[in-house]
Amino acid sequence: MANILLREKDIPGIGQYDTYVQHGGYDGLKKALGMKPDEVIQVVKDSNLRGRGGAGFPTGMKWSFVPKTEGPKYITVNADESEPGTFKDRQILEYNFQQLLEGSLICAYAVQASAVYIYARGEFWDIGPHMEAEIEKARKAGWVGQNIGGSGWGCEVYVHLGAGAYICGEESALLNSIEGKLGQPRVRPPFPAVAGLYARPTVINNVETLANVPQIIVQGAAWFKSIGTEKSPGPKIFCMSGHIEKPGNYEFPLGLTFRQLIEAAGGVRGGKKLKAILPSGASGPLLPATDKVLDTALTYEDVAALGSVLGSASVIILDESTDMVWATLKMARFFKHESCGKCTPCREGTYWLLKRLEAIYAKKATPADVQLIEDVAKQMQGKSLCALGDFATSPVMSALKYWRDEFLAYTQPQKPAPAKAGKDKVVAGGD
Amino acid sequence: MLAEKYQERIEKIFAKYPDKRSAIMPLLYVAQEAYGWISPEAINEVAALCQIDPTQVKSIAGFYTMFRETPKGKYWLQVCNDLPCALRGADQFYQELLDYLGIKDGETTADGVFTVEHVMCLAACDKAPMLQCNFHFHENLTMETMKALIEQWRAEAKAAQGK
Repeated sequence: MANILLREKDIPGIGQYDTYVQHGGYDGLKKALGMKPDEVIQVVKDSNLRGRGGAGFPTGMKWSFVPKTEGPKYITVNADESEPGTFKDRQILEYNFQQLLEGSLICAYAVQASAVYIYARGEFWDIGPHMEAEIEKARKAGWVGQNIGGSGWGCEVYVHLGAGAYICGEESALLNSIEGKLGQPRVRPPFPAVAGLYARPTVINNVETLANVPQIIVQGAAWFKSIGTEKSPGPKIFCMSGHIEKPGNYEFPLGLTFRQLIEAAGGVRGGKKLKAILPSGASGPLLPATDKVLDTALTYEDVAALGSVLGSASVIILDESTDMVWATLKMARFFKHESCGKCTPCREGTYWLLKRLEAIYAKKATPADVQLIEDVAKQMQGKSLCALGDFATSPVMSALKYWRDEFLAYTQPQKPAPAKAGKDKVVAGGD
Repeated sequence: MLAEKYQERIEKIFAKYPDKRSAIMPLLYVAQEAYGWISPEAINEVAALCQIDPTQVKSIAGFYTMFRETPKGKYWLQVCNDLPCALRGADQFYQELLDYLGIKDGETTADGVFTVEHVMCLAACDKAPMLQCNFHFHENLTMETMKALIEQWRAEAKAAQGK
């Protein structure tokens, strides 16, 4: 099947305006402009498209929450892709940007928004000028600015670069960041659909989510639902990283199994045995490589039934040589660094998880410390304004669930330790 | 002064937002380009442009990893050694890079040419080991290709000094 999202694999240069238009580009927006805004929302609702940023919230429903009041409304495109193991939005921005732009404009028309802000992480520095140049081409063609396609409706599109903060991928922190405030989450309600950017109604969608929209409008909800499974329809980009033979982005209809996905990416690197899978970067619980897990379909509901999440489908592969204490410590270090510091359970909890994991890894801990990190993680759950406080507990809780003996082994009476130069030094680097 | 030197760019930035405060981050990037780092003068200038207290600007500069709150080397290398990169040898690569330059994590070489730090995930997990140098990505690195880049940058720094 031809790629729907990673179209540059089939059509080189699709990210350029001229090539995009030669291959049906802006047919979706044209068609949408001939419909009533509510009809556009209904098609996206009927398609059952779910958010591809991680939360999986139904996209059409999100759009329908925007009130039909007068005054400015905004679309913010979440391109702050920062989850360890995730690099799919970057590929769309680099190679299929016009499709994202068209999807954003269809969304903007559906809720009658006056501006789109594309919030790209600052590290996408080199993609910034490309996006701005492509926006200008779309403007010259009449798809950005006033009276788009003769509809009387107008919309501006701006690129806003972040500056290095995972938390800004959290939707309300992202809004604060655009407003020039600290990138910290807001108390909800009010939800962004009612009072978002500049306290105006706002839709926040992930890059991959919006890239699905043009074809949903052109080919219809039934076409979209014919791809994937009933509850998880559509195509999905799977980011394959870690101990895998051919790392990279792979597009498949939702519903293939972990085993099929790993095979498609060339199998475990060096023909080694698989030990564990992180289905959704550092923030989704670890899964052991059992036959049951490997034969599970990659859908929102099936991965959830295993006690993990499909999330952004950033699949990190860990082979048999992986030290799970070391891997957990790496992820704890990430969350400690990225906690924004607003909520005490997350700020203090991520600090103590890191400190005790460092002690365990350095063999300076007792079995009570293993219990302690589990207790700290449990205490953190459900107590912060945003999901980061929960994400930070997920590597610890899931690693202890399946590999507790590895943690306890580090607390056994001191044996002559194998030298681990290099790795230790870097991990110990303060954050 | 930023206001005169970058007038056109600054106007364009303000035109994007309904609120002047939103221009803090883009203006900090302009200031960083102009001064090489976010100096106290830069903070005051950005604050004056946005008509906001300098403390607010300083707090934004401190929150993000891409704003340099202290002067850095001419080439600012930020190496990702988060889990996905580390599974593909990033820790060892990073240590070898530090050893090659004779510095420790976060330090600057004596000649002021290189600052090397480790950073969190840069969304390039499939192309590890990788780093960003002054915000430009370099991917699928080996120590061999890295050494060649270091020597190239060293030569460029020397040539720039000679001018």
